[in-house]
Amino acid sequence: MTPAPRPEQARCDLAVVLPLSPALDPARNGGARWPLFHGYRGLAGIALLILAFALTQAHAQTGPGALSIIATIWKWTPLMASGFVLNVVISFLAMAIGTVLGTFLGLAQISQLRPLRAVSWFVTQFFRNAPWLVLLFYAMLLLPFQLQIGGVAIALPDWLKATFGLSLPVMANMSELVRGAIQSIAYGQWESAESLAFTRWQTLRMVILPQCVKRMLPPWMNLYAILVVGTPLCSIVGVNEAMTLTSNALAAEANHALLVPMYLYLLAWFFLYCYPIARWTVALERRFAIKG
Amino acid sequence: MAWTPDQPLIQIKDVHKSFGAVEVLKGISFDVAKSEVICVIGPSGSGKSTLLRCINALVPIDRGSIMVEGQEVHDPKLDKLALRRKVGMVFQQYNLFPHRTAQQNIMMAPLHVLKQDRHEVEARARRLLKKVRLEGKENAYPGELSGGQQQRVAIARSLAMNPDVMLFDEVTAALDPETVKEVLVTIRELAEEGMTCIIVTHEMGFAREVAGHIYFTDRGVIVEHGPPAEFFVKARDPRTRQFLSQIL
Ligand SMILES: Nc1ncnc2c1ncn2[C@@H]1O[C@H](COP(=O)(O)OP(=O)(O)O)[C@@H](O)[C@H]1O
Ligand SMILES: [Mg+2]
Repeated sequence: MTPAPRPEQARCDLAVVLPLSPALDPARNGGARWPLFHGYRGLAGIALLILAFALTQAHAQTGPGALSIIATIWKWTPLMASGFVLNVVISFLAMAIGTVLGTFLGLAQISQLRPLRAVSWFVTQFFRNAPWLVLLFYAMLLLPFQLQIGGVAIALPDWLKATFGLSLPVMANMSELVRGAIQSIAYGQWESAESLAFTRWQTLRMVILPQCVKRMLPPWMNLYAILVVGTPLCSIVGVNEAMTLTSNALAAEANHALLVPMYLYLLAWFFLYCYPIARWTVALERRFAIKG
Repeated sequence: MAWTPDQPLIQIKDVHKSFGAVEVLKGISFDVAKSEVICVIGPSGSGKSTLLRCINALVPIDRGSIMVEGQEVHDPKLDKLALRRKVGMVFQQYNLFPHRTAQQNIMMAPLHVLKQDRHEVEARARRLLKKVRLEGKENAYPGELSGGQQQRVAIARSLAMNPDVMLFDEVTAALDPETVKEVLVTIRELAEEGMTCIIVTHEMGFAREVAGHIYFTDRGVIVEHGPPAEFFVKARDPRTRQFLSQIL
């Protein structure tokens, strides 16, 4: 069964923000065949599966040491959780900054001023096609450790620099989302607004953008979910987020048997955070598809 | 030289318009007096929509002159917004704003373009909905209305700006046959109230009844024109006769 691509999907040329692949979308595979993927009960099921797998792994490696592994993981949970909070904070901030900047960049891409259009197109394409890790490195290297604003020194800790770094690809993807959404609105909407003597800005603000918001919401949420799973990249540039702290814990324990279960545990955290967002996105898409 | 109502409300002289290498309007000229209703007919692709779009400056012309109430449209210094406040336009595809209710669609331009008082605008929106026989549909979204109902909301939305002239571009072409009539009735009432109208249509019966003058266009020129009684009976040009024989 290959369902026809949804219009939103066809209109949006961002590989990064495509909705769940049809094969994984339970609604279109008649849910029942994939009970594990369905709703929050399924979510708990998957989490349990991951945990069980982690335990069997641990068991296979250390025999009766499984219980001690659980205890060890439990011991480090508060530290990992504190790291995960930072991942969430970074993702929120990067998303907020990227969304605001990306919206302006996207609007600039449809500007009537040719130079502005050209520059914003270039900036968008540049950051959209740059590896996130490279952008992170640049952010760490190029941003100062503190900002002087009117005689006040504002410290820029590493995690904040990393946040700016991650907000760049978000900005670029958002820019494309905005441009694509605006261009997907039927031209008749512009014409009728113009014939009612709306200015271009009024038309955008009152007629075009409100219709775009609905179209952009699902891919925007997808972008967020992808950003979240991208935040462990910050560990490479030395930010004490969940991935770094998990690695630190593993180093402190110096027990090979812990490697797989600990990282699986970390994966489960991300999964539990991101999967509901993906489900919600699909639900929104379906609702918008019905309401038109 | 100020415009006075005894002069033609719209004066079109030798209008040329090309899209790329294709000349779509090849010297169109006609006048429309105040309260006059004219119908423009002709095969599709003959430039009727383009002509209407030129009149409210949605499309710039290359050569010639379009005067609306003495204001030259073909002028780089033209205040397009001022022109469009005087010229209402209704489209084949209704083009209502789908995220706004019928009443909000009608209210938006008077509120935000004319900056009129909200209470006044709301009262007028209700009156207009009543006028187009859509009382009770104030809070319906366009998606909840039939094609004919949407088109009547679109007419009310244009009227809310109190235009001096209305342009109708094949406004019934996308409608089910049953709903065509309700829209035509609305337009006829407008015409009878003295609204100046330029109507592009394929509804010959309607054109015959409502128009004071009929223009037949083909490939960017006016081939033939006249009052309906003459036009339909005594069309001489073979292109007109062929078109009429196909459509009648
Ligand atoms: N914006 C445009 N760009 C290029 N060609 C256009 C545009 N608008 C209309 N045309 C062309 O101009 C011709 C006349 O179109 P139109 O005015 O819509 O005719 P009608 O309304 O009589 O069917 C057509 O060949 C059409 O393809
Ligand atoms: Mg047309």
